[in-house]
Amino acid sequence: MIKIQGLIKEFQVKNKEKKTVTKRAVDNLSLNVRPGEIFGILGPNGAGKTTTIRMLTMETKPTLGEIYYNGESITQNPLEIKKLIGVVPQHINFDNDLTVGENMELHGRLHHMSSEKRKQRIQEMLEFVELGDTINRMPRSLSGGMKRRLLIARSLIHEPKILFMDEPTVALDPQVRRRIWDLIRSLAAKGTTVVITTHYIEEAEALCNRVAIVNKGKLIAIDTPEAFCNSLGRITVEWDDQEGHQYQFFESRQEAAAFAGTLEHGAHIRRTNLEDAFIELTGRKEGV
Amino acid sequence: MLQDICTVFWRDWVVLKRRLPKFILSRMVAPMLYLVAFGWGLGRNIQVGSGSYLDFLVPGIMALNSMNISYNSLTPLCTERIYHRSIGEYIIAPMHFNAFIIGKILAAVLRGLISSAIIMILALAFGANLNITPLFVGILILNCIIFAEVGFFAAMKMDSYEELSQVNTYVLLPMSFLCGTFFSTRTLPEVFRWFIDVLPLTHTSYLLRGISTQSPVALESVAVLAVYAIIGFILGNKAFRDQLK
Ligand SMILES: Nc1ncnc2c1ncn2[C@@H]1O[C@H](COP(=O)(O)OP(=O)(O)OP(=O)(O)O)[C@@H](O)[C@H]1O
Ligand SMILES: [Mg+2]
Repeated sequence: MIKIQGLIKEFQVKNKEKKTVTKRAVDNLSLNVRPGEIFGILGPNGAGKTTTIRMLTMETKPTLGEIYYNGESITQNPLEIKKLIGVVPQHINFDNDLTVGENMELHGRLHHMSSEKRKQRIQEMLEFVELGDTINRMPRSLSGGMKRRLLIARSLIHEPKILFMDEPTVALDPQVRRRIWDLIRSLAAKGTTVVITTHYIEEAEALCNRVAIVNKGKLIAIDTPEAFCNSLGRITVEWDDQEGHQYQFFESRQEAAAFAGTLEHGAHIRRTNLEDAFIELTGRKEGV
Repeated sequence: MLQDICTVFWRDWVVLKRRLPKFILSRMVAPMLYLVAFGWGLGRNIQVGSGSYLDFLVPGIMALNSMNISYNSLTPLCTERIYHRSIGEYIIAPMHFNAFIIGKILAAVLRGLISSAIIMILALAFGANLNITPLFVGILILNCIIFAEVGFFAAMKMDSYEELSQVNTYVLLPMSFLCGTFFSTRTLPEVFRWFIDVLPLTHTSYLLRGISTQSPVALESVAVLAVYAIIGFILGNKAFRDQLK
């Protein structure tokens, strides 16, 4: 579905000495996203997730590297590919001179929807995110969470085949977040491919078929959430001692319990989760 | 392409429609002052060529006003680009970039023409003699296009409102006064005049005045304006594409 090859993005930024230097935001990224899957991109702040999404959605050009959709390079027929794409950006980007309804309508018009279809879909999507009664309000009068929900509603008006969501559930309350998860699952079940970045590891664990872990612009690993956990050891023992918070991974509960018994202080035994894998792969190795 | 141009224009029309009474009212202030100060106050007893100073003045005011309005119609794009980031919606949409630029320019032309119509009505009320022909309107549109493009380019390149208003102060304001709007450039020193005569607003002023007083039209001036419009479009397109860097 989506194939990325050797993707590089460099920016010119000023360093401490106020000299302009080249900064690599994305460094030689290659991966494939399969049709109909929910694909997660996980990484710490500044890892290059947003930059990657922006290249995939053609908001910014790669410095180097290739992106293919269904075997076709994005440079060949970008408009045809853009028709398939829906985007939930990380930064709220409504037109502040238009009402909520007009913002939605602009989106529908930009995607060449007929006026009837537009009206129907806008109503549907606004109802879904429980913002039906805000249609005549200005976006700036909405709360942060409402704006986020509106971003999601807008991205779906034209029923995209591929949906990019850059931290879509930031600042949403747990109930709404779960509703959005259900929505994403049902979209994927209907064949929509979803690429999602998130800081909420449990979100990736709950949703994603496969996860790419990135750090400093580089791909660290790519696998299913279960495989990540299993590769560390399915069971984690956590404890505190003089050196701080410690943990270790084990293949089985028996081994973990045996180890925990040797510790002076009490220990906590639990299943390994994606967060452990994430920290292991992006942080602990480098002593962060 | 046409559909996308309409969409971009539609957006600006929605915004303008909501503010139309305010827009019209505020656009009356500056020309009114010019007409009172220069037409009535200073110019009452001045004769320029065969007509009154008022008849000389009005085409100049229309030229400078359409320049200012169309330029400032597109400068809000700067905040839409940097702070609201709403330009992103257009960039990811399945739309040719030129459709965006053309739609925006057309919206600016509309604003420029509305304010020109206001001046025309005011001027007639002040007793000016004007000869408005389709060519007159055509030149006015061309002038709006050129300065809408300048506004578009500036909005894509400048990083703050501060910088944009500097363009107003250092480029548009001097042009407003010097480009044959209030007085003939013939009275200016040679070297200075040579420079002023290259600027697009000078050509617009002379063309509008010529048509208004039923003198022969300087076709080379029309050509100069057309060249400015084409260059402006190319630069605007490039500046928009640079957003993808
Ligand atoms: N327009 C830009 N100009 C200069 N540097 C940029 C630009 N956009 C991103 N960067 C840099 O590229 C790196 C990656 O940024 P990016 O926004 O892609 O990270 P991210 O993984 O999305 O982070 P976060 O989790 O905080 O959203 C950062 O170091 C950032 O400073
Ligand atoms: Mg980001």
